[in-house]
Amino acid sequence: SRCCAPSSAAPAMNCRAEVLEVSVEGRQVEEAMLAVLHTILLHRSTGKFHYKKEGTYSIGTVGTQDVDCDFIDFAYVRVSSEELDRALRKAVGEFKDALRGSGSDGMGQISLEFYQKKKSRWPFSDECIPWELWTIKVNVVNLANEQERQICREKVGEKLCEKIINIVEVMNRHEYLPKMPTQSEVDNVFDTSLKDVQPYLYKISYQITDSLGTSVTTTMRRLIKDTLAL
Amino acid sequence: AMDTDLSSQDRKDLDKFIKFFALKTVQVIVQARLGEKICTRSSSSPTGSDWFNLAIKDIPEVTHEAKKALAGQLPAVGRSMCVEISLKTSEGDSMELEIWCLEMNEKCDKEIKVSYTVYNRLSLLLKSLLAITRVTPAYRLSRKQGHEYVILYRIYFGEVQLSGLGEGFQTVRVGTVGTPVGTITLSCAYRINLAFMSTRQFERTPPIMGIIIDHFVDRPYPSSSPMHPCNYRAGEDNGAVYPSVEDSQEVCTTSFSTSPPSQCVFTVTKAHFQTPPPVVTDTLKVPVMGLAFSHQLSSSRLSYQPAALGVGSADVGYPVLFAGGLNAAHPHQLIGAGKEGGVPPVPSQPAHGTQADQDRMCTPLDGVHYSAATPSSSEDTETVSNSSEGKCGSPHDLLETIFIRKVGAFVNKPINQVTMANLDIPFAMFAPKNVELEDNDPMVNPPESPETESPLQGSLHSEGSSGSSTGNTHDDFVMIDFKPAFSKDDILPMDLGTFYREFQNPPQLSSLSIDIGAQSMAEDLDSLPEKLAVHEKNVKEFDAFVETLQ
Repeated sequence: SRCCAPSSAAPAMNCRAEVLEVSVEGRQVEEAMLAVLHTILLHRSTGKFHYKKEGTYSIGTVGTQDVDCDFIDFAYVRVSSEELDRALRKAVGEFKDALRGSGSDGMGQISLEFYQKKKSRWPFSDECIPWELWTIKVNVVNLANEQERQICREKVGEKLCEKIINIVEVMNRHEYLPKMPTQSEVDNVFDTSLKDVQPYLYKISYQITDSLGTSVTTTMRRLIKDTLAL
Repeated sequence: AMDTDLSSQDRKDLDKFIKFFALKTVQVIVQARLGEKICTRSSSSPTGSDWFNLAIKDIPEVTHEAKKALAGQLPAVGRSMCVEISLKTSEGDSMELEIWCLEMNEKCDKEIKVSYTVYNRLSLLLKSLLAITRVTPAYRLSRKQGHEYVILYRIYFGEVQLSGLGEGFQTVRVGTVGTPVGTITLSCAYRINLAFMSTRQFERTPPIMGIIIDHFVDRPYPSSSPMHPCNYRAGEDNGAVYPSVEDSQEVCTTSFSTSPPSQCVFTVTKAHFQTPPPVVTDTLKVPVMGLAFSHQLSSSRLSYQPAALGVGSADVGYPVLFAGGLNAAHPHQLIGAGKEGGVPPVPSQPAHGTQADQDRMCTPLDGVHYSAATPSSSEDTETVSNSSEGKCGSPHDLLETIFIRKVGAFVNKPINQVTMANLDIPFAMFAPKNVELEDNDPMVNPPESPETESPLQGSLHSEGSSGSSTGNTHDDFVMIDFKPAFSKDDILPMDLGTFYREFQNPPQLSSLSIDIGAQSMAEDLDSLPEKLAVHEKNVKEFDAFVETLQ
């Protein structure tokens, strides 16, 4: 099986990395990010595991729902989980605010990293080993008039369609996925804190490029209920 | 030879997976072309009936069509399952938009674990299908259907035919899953030559009287191709018509094991799982098929024959189911309880088309039926999906519910209509008025106003040219040739003029009726002493309450 280099600071050598790029108008940032993140998480979430004796487990059911965008001619499917949606909206909202903030020339990127936890013995803390990293590069454009905005609505919609197809292509490669864990290991692979679905452990971070072209890193760590890390 | 490596249990499981995968694929595709947003719930406890751990509802009619097409076979090399999505305009022109292909090729993966890896990958593939069905051009078209065109589906099995897609069609691959007997591939070929069908052409016509009316001039489409409208409501209430329900009751209970090597304890049992009743929602958007529905009601061949209309009648074909489904799914469209102050009644006469046309549409067994799906409001959750659950309690329950909630709309009528709905006849409210029932009810026949049915009932039974076999019409005088300047009666017979005619003689409000007034006054006075006694007992509480206010 593939091993990832034990580093949580940078993508590990064998960690699969995908990059998507979009150019959007300011008010489209949130919806575009949510569309992409939700599409990825749709594929990277399962139903809740219920372990039974003798090491068998059953899996709950994942519901889905359609989401229409207000500022983009686009619709996408997300997992039916309000908790997950809230978590993503929070992250995307912060990203959007940071993009709008001073010193930003409207360029930034948001990253969604899937990782596994590897328990270490005391005094070493657990490692987070990424196995898949999605980076979405965003370029915010300013438009002059309503006509341009209308065209942008459609164009960004078409672009997002392409992104969805790209994401699905990657998912279809059936490359490395963490092994299905035993009950004692499940929290090292999955986020079991949600009540209705179970995504792989993930974290979202973002970077804003300021007008000087340097990267200002702002990491937003996702709080995991039983976290043992750091 | 290639099968000897696969245990017989694995082979059975694999065949079952592929079969249900095919059925779910069809459901996802058709549901994505209904024109409405889909929403299903996640459930942390496995119910045992959700294949591939995904909440995908089964529209019975669609399952039925898929099984018919498959005829007991499974996709194999050279035998693909195809779902063809096409568009049909109100003028009768049709055009193929997409072909979704579920194919099998010869590339086998012998090492792969059937009950575990294949199953999970099929689940992933369905998720990809959910995502991809929203990004092809036909999705946006299907969300806008109802006015000038509808979206239809057709399932066939065998060789893929892409010639109808025009030149330069594009292909998108949804995904592949390797199995020991071959590789399953799912893809979509879609027309890109939609230039003349830009969505701008299909903007909604301006609403009439504040309510968006989706109408569709009915043209029977050629019965040669067994097309079906994507709108599923046709079948939702009448699970009994489809004997295939048995199969869909097979539950899939999967347990997975983590002890190496990962195994799957997989049991399939036949169980009678309960489908929850559909959620009644407050959607405003008026009629799915208000038009066609009324055709059927006013056409004497289908009207008011409880046997024909009843659930369980296997002879009744699609149009009636479809009406039944409508009724249950959107009962308020029929009673006209809309929030925007008055809803145009369902028209009483066929819009267009000769009697012959109507015949074809109503013929049960040619497999031809259609309806226009209505894009619904964006706040809807769990409308489409939940209301498509097989048999869902009786439509009457829903009717009653709706009536009670909407009691403001037709003040005079609710009780009577609820009573009627209690009769064990579908569409009892539209049945010939039971005169005994109503005569004694002062709320129905307040002395002053003419004997009349509710405006809605009246409109359904009113003359027009339908030769309705029902009871009385309400016209004290007939308005001839009322052509309001701004109504169009070529596309929309249910226009201002009709509305005006129908609503000329609304029954009296019961509260304005003197008899009622007098009666209740007397009752009130009688009950006063009792009420006073009760209040006396509670005087301490009242005092305490008053204290808090000071």
